[in-house]
Amino acid sequence: MNNSINDNLIKVEDLKTLKTHGVGHWKLQRISAIAMVPLVVWFTSSLMLILIGGYEQSIEWLQSPFNATGLILLFGTLYFHAALGLQVVIEDYVHHEGLKIVSLILIKLIAFVLGVLSILCVLKIYL
Amino acid sequence: MAEFALPKHSKIVKGIDYPFIGETKNSRKVNVYRWSPDDDQNPRIDSYTIDLDECGPMVLDALIKIKQEIDSSLTFRRSCREGICGSCSMNIDGTNTLACLKSIEDVKGDINIYPLPHMDVVKDLVPDLTKAYAQLTSVKPWLQTDTKPEQGKSRKQSPKEREKIDGLWECVLCFSCTTSCPSYWWNGDKYLGPAVLLQAYRWIADSRDENTNERLDDLEDTFKLYRCHTIMNCTKTCPKGLNPAKAIGEIKKLQLERK
Repeated sequence: MNNSINDNLIKVEDLKTLKTHGVGHWKLQRISAIAMVPLVVWFTSSLMLILIGGYEQSIEWLQSPFNATGLILLFGTLYFHAALGLQVVIEDYVHHEGLKIVSLILIKLIAFVLGVLSILCVLKIYL
Repeated sequence: MAEFALPKHSKIVKGIDYPFIGETKNSRKVNVYRWSPDDDQNPRIDSYTIDLDECGPMVLDALIKIKQEIDSSLTFRRSCREGICGSCSMNIDGTNTLACLKSIEDVKGDINIYPLPHMDVVKDLVPDLTKAYAQLTSVKPWLQTDTKPEQGKSRKQSPKEREKIDGLWECVLCFSCTTSCPSYWWNGDKYLGPAVLLQAYRWIADSRDENTNERLDDLEDTFKLYRCHTIMNCTKTCPKGLNPAKAIGEIKKLQLERK
């Protein structure tokens, strides 16, 4: 405690060399959020139709190119947005440098794998 | 990880109770956080009961009364007693504010007074603001220009241009907002905090300043600027009624526009 203002200034200035740009992340997070608004509205309303129709109708629903495209877009945006959001949470709360880097990589990896998996599932039914 | 609980030596214990001696119809209990670096004791809450009929209207008046009449060891910063110097910022009744602008009448029940949250404490109600001052220095809070003004003339600014720094120049740098911000609590070493970002925007918005781009370059950083998650505690707590969250939003908008 009670370091001089100069010591503190050196620490603050040091951050310049660690510069991490933030505007891209901020922009993508907002764009993906806005993109998800129509996608989620469309998906939840379709979900009601599927739930009433049962298995056969669900398969039929997914075999329309319009629906399959919508679902692929939704999954892509969803996992992308989730990874961006969780990245911020980890940066906020995980202060151990090693643990932070590992969790950041893991989050992105898991989101990517889940995204690919979901899209493949949609394609499998569609094709 | 983030610190969610107080370290053992920071646990607050009950302190000394100073009851009111004599007769009064208008007494009020003031509970004050006390800690001294000179002994190994945990921080404690001392309680002083004072006669409001013999006290000024503001919380600062109560503190000065306690220091003068009951306990001269009570330590706090104060100077102008009219909300201009920004010295007496502290946590009163659960909110960061200036003791000189906080009316005793507005506090229901006991008056609980703590130092600004999540800063190192120098003594009692005096927080260590060295880091915050260093962060302020880092945004170069002064007019930067490449051109020279006309000989013997001041730099001109239209009333419209001048309007842009309204709501910014009034900041007295009490750091009530910065120390109310959870993002600053968790990442205060890297995030600049609302007070400093409002100051940064005060110079970005000033039409006379010629270093806007460099200023924005310096701020375009995941931690310095983008730790603001629009929690809005800063705006809610500002004793001067300013809106640091809006200033931060304006900086983010400018970052977006120039990319």
